[in-house]
Amino acid sequence: MIISRKRFLQVTGASLLVAAGESRTRAFPGLAQGEAPALRAAELKAGRWAMVIDVAKCAREEGCTLCVDACHATHNVPAIGDRAREVKWIWKDSFHKVFPDQENEYLAAEIRETPVLAFCNHCDNPPCVRVCPTQATWKREDGIVMMDWHRCIGCRYCMAACPYGSRSFNWADPKPHVQKLTAAFPTRTKGVVEKCTFCEDRLGKGQLPACVEACPEKAMAFGDLLDPRSLVRELLGSKYSIRRRPELGTKPEIYYLV
Amino acid sequence: MRDQGLIIGGLAVFLGLITFPITYNVMSGKTSEPPKLQLPAAEKQCVAPIEYMKASHMKLLFQWRDERVRQGVRTYTAYDGKTYTISFTGTCLSQCHTDKAEFCDRCHNYVGIRTPNCTDCHVDPKLIQRSGE
Repeated sequence: MIISRKRFLQVTGASLLVAAGESRTRAFPGLAQGEAPALRAAELKAGRWAMVIDVAKCAREEGCTLCVDACHATHNVPAIGDRAREVKWIWKDSFHKVFPDQENEYLAAEIRETPVLAFCNHCDNPPCVRVCPTQATWKREDGIVMMDWHRCIGCRYCMAACPYGSRSFNWADPKPHVQKLTAAFPTRTKGVVEKCTFCEDRLGKGQLPACVEACPEKAMAFGDLLDPRSLVRELLGSKYSIRRRPELGTKPEIYYLV
Repeated sequence: MRDQGLIIGGLAVFLGLITFPITYNVMSGKTSEPPKLQLPAAEKQCVAPIEYMKASHMKLLFQWRDERVRQGVRTYTAYDGKTYTISFTGTCLSQCHTDKAEFCDRCHNYVGIRTPNCTDCHVDPKLIQRSGE
């Protein structure tokens, strides 16, 4: 069969057009299907998430660990007895250990020994993020210092950089130490660093952080720092608050009412 | 060519022996038979066309991982307009492929590719059910 130049060009042009159309519908499946926009559950959003903790309210019930238990149960945090290998997202420590810069040695003994909640400060200038070589930890636009456990290589630079000891390393498989495994949240694996994520997963479902919800005294307030009418701003505007080691320039975003 | 019979006979035996694993499998019908996978009972349609999922399911899983963890995207709109929650445990393992051993592992074992370590962290809901019983 002999084909004329004109016919050849017509056929080639037409097939190219068809091919281009095909790849376009594949690249933009929505165009071809005429999809409806997805309905999303009410997601909690903020310009800058922050937490305010009322130390006196928190200390009211002696030995209370409801928030710690709720957090650790929600996130499959292992309970390892050995302090050198323990993993913790939120814990209680005495006032003078949480605030070593409050060096007043004549501070009332009851205040010095008051148990204070400590966890990741979700710093505005997080040193852990600066040192992470794989960007496995980074600061989201809403201020949450997030972790991608898929990407963590376990170098522990972030642990060395964090001045608050908020990060824990998994020296062994944590699963056998998780008291009641939940499928709603992944566990971690050996060789990975973990810490509090401000319940980023729950916020996406329209829920408050597990610790905030668990506190019967309402000692923890969670909200948007950029919204002047938010609960956190209201509390910060009405009472005197301190932060953990602000002199380091990390700009921690957990505020303590004392 | 005095030992013609011996040489040809020897070669035939040699070829027969060396191709034994292949011929054995062909005769027993094992190679032509793909692994029987346990398909979802409730769902008929996967999040992407079957052919795409067979060849590129890891690409989709990686896309889900990156969108969910790094960009905070929570829902995935499939090619047919249906929406799914981006969750390996909550969607893949809970709604469709409830038995990892009968689905993921069986095919991965057949083709000789190690199953990725997803379930090292993403808890298989089936394991919890078993331990809870």
